[in-house]
Amino acid sequence: MPEAIVRLDGVSRRFGSVVALEDFDLSVPAGTVTALLGPNGAGKTTTVRVITGGLRLDKGSVRVFGMDPSEDGESVRSRCGVVSAKPALYDRLSGRDNLLYSARLFGIGDDHERIEKSAARFGIEHALKLKVGTYSTGMKTRLALARAVLHDPELLLLDEPTAGLDPESSRAVLSLINELARGGKTVLLCTHLLLEAEGLADQIVIMDRGRHVISGAPADLARKYWPNQVVLIDAENREGLEQAASFAGVLSFERNGHALVQLDDLARVPDLIKYLTDRGLRLTRVEPKIPSLEELYFHARGRSG
Amino acid sequence: MNWQRMLVVARTDLRQLRQSRDFWIPMAILAALFFVLFPTVLLLVLGAAQRSEVVRQIGATLDILPDRVKDSVQGPDPLTQAQYAMAVYLFAPLAVVVPLTISTAIGANTIVGEREKGTGEFLAHTPATESEIYVGKLIASVVPGLFATYIGFAVYAIIVNSIVGPKLGRIFFPTTQWWILMFWVVPPFIALALSAVLRISARVRSATAAQQASGLVTLPLILLAYSQSSGALVGGSMVTWMLGLVAWLGAALGLMRGTHAVTRERLLGVDQQA
Repeated sequence: MPEAIVRLDGVSRRFGSVVALEDFDLSVPAGTVTALLGPNGAGKTTTVRVITGGLRLDKGSVRVFGMDPSEDGESVRSRCGVVSAKPALYDRLSGRDNLLYSARLFGIGDDHERIEKSAARFGIEHALKLKVGTYSTGMKTRLALARAVLHDPELLLLDEPTAGLDPESSRAVLSLINELARGGKTVLLCTHLLLEAEGLADQIVIMDRGRHVISGAPADLARKYWPNQVVLIDAENREGLEQAASFAGVLSFERNGHALVQLDDLARVPDLIKYLTDRGLRLTRVEPKIPSLEELYFHARGRSG
Repeated sequence: MNWQRMLVVARTDLRQLRQSRDFWIPMAILAALFFVLFPTVLLLVLGAAQRSEVVRQIGATLDILPDRVKDSVQGPDPLTQAQYAMAVYLFAPLAVVVPLTISTAIGANTIVGEREKGTGEFLAHTPATESEIYVGKLIASVVPGLFATYIGFAVYAIIVNSIVGPKLGRIFFPTTQWWILMFWVVPPFIALALSAVLRISARVRSATAAQQASGLVTLPLILLAYSQSSGALVGGSMVTWMLGLVAWLGAALGLMRGTHAVTRERLLGVDQQA
């Protein structure tokens, strides 16, 4: 397991009577994508703010790159790139001036080549001269992403980066995030859209009302919640699929056009195939059913009450 | 404190102001009214008043001034003396009112504006410290007011020298007290007002509330500055120097206390949720 770049231990933060974080733990390993999942108000934005030292803690401890952001905020923040839920751009300035402002604050100066490169990476270089107030939501998000990676941060904190985007732009943004992650960046992606995290996250953390619900690699969590694997079986003559229910080792059987068969041991699959073909079924599909993140999410939240 | 970062904050705020015609055009009009239009009209009207009654009344007004001031009023005839007194003494307070008005209008929006537009979130996640952001915003609020004032002051000097100077046979303005007033008294008064206004801007919920609260705080200060600047000119150089010194001390104290006004929680707008 790589070293944790971010570690939150027992972090609590309240705003008056509203609990934003309650005894919350989080560990983000280096070079991975961690998806922080939860409904609106779960505490995802507060978590990002606590990581950069933007918010004080009521209780608990935060270490980022081994430092305490409340003490060494300047050093921590200079190694982080943040995209907040709203793009937080200066509408009266041009795209280039927005990037220049960030470049100067992060100490990389007026590096125009870098600015061009970063903008080009997110396909926004053609609009750098225009005032941001004239940008579409998608363009603003792309510019915010270009700004967040401009100083080549080690840790990217992306808070609902596709909020308000059309499906096409969302997909493009997610693919860019994927590219960044594969390039070795550590990414913390906050979202309530499970599809965003699907296939992107090495680790998921589900939170609700400021509390940690579950965390782990999606496959590990699937094994934890569905220890007995489910096999999806389909056939040309579907009516015969019912016979699988009487096969030895079948724990549960479900029909939804195709059949979902839960087995006590995956080693039984070859025997099950033989069993069905011997009974005249012409199988078209046999594959392990991997639970979607959505199923995992609702299962975990259901268990947490 | 990283001065470079602080100047980056100031320069970016100033750049945004430059892009906001809806802000700087009214401010330029304000400066033009006080430094150009009103003095020009009043001095020309006075110059054109040939009736001895008007001049006599102004002469009577000058009689109530201290002897030191009366002795300093120059001019070959009562009309020129009246114009001289008006140019040197009557318009002095305007030099304080204009920069205070412009700077407080900018300062009132500066922090709450970041929060309202959501850009406070960006600033809060940058390496810039709260002090750097505060001082950067302070500079960005001071500069336009001082800039407008010094430009206005230069234009005012040209106008009064053009209208009254020929009658005196020389360039008479600015006088020593005016130099001291502009460069020693006006800057600390602006700083003092802004130390209060920035604190308000950091605490209130909206730019409108900031403007209203700033008006309440700065109005007495404007009145004080108005009366003190008049007194400074009337009272002589030493009084002006002393007044400036007191204002600088007050400003230093206010600014030091003000550095705590900008917090990351306030930039994020979460302090008001508590």
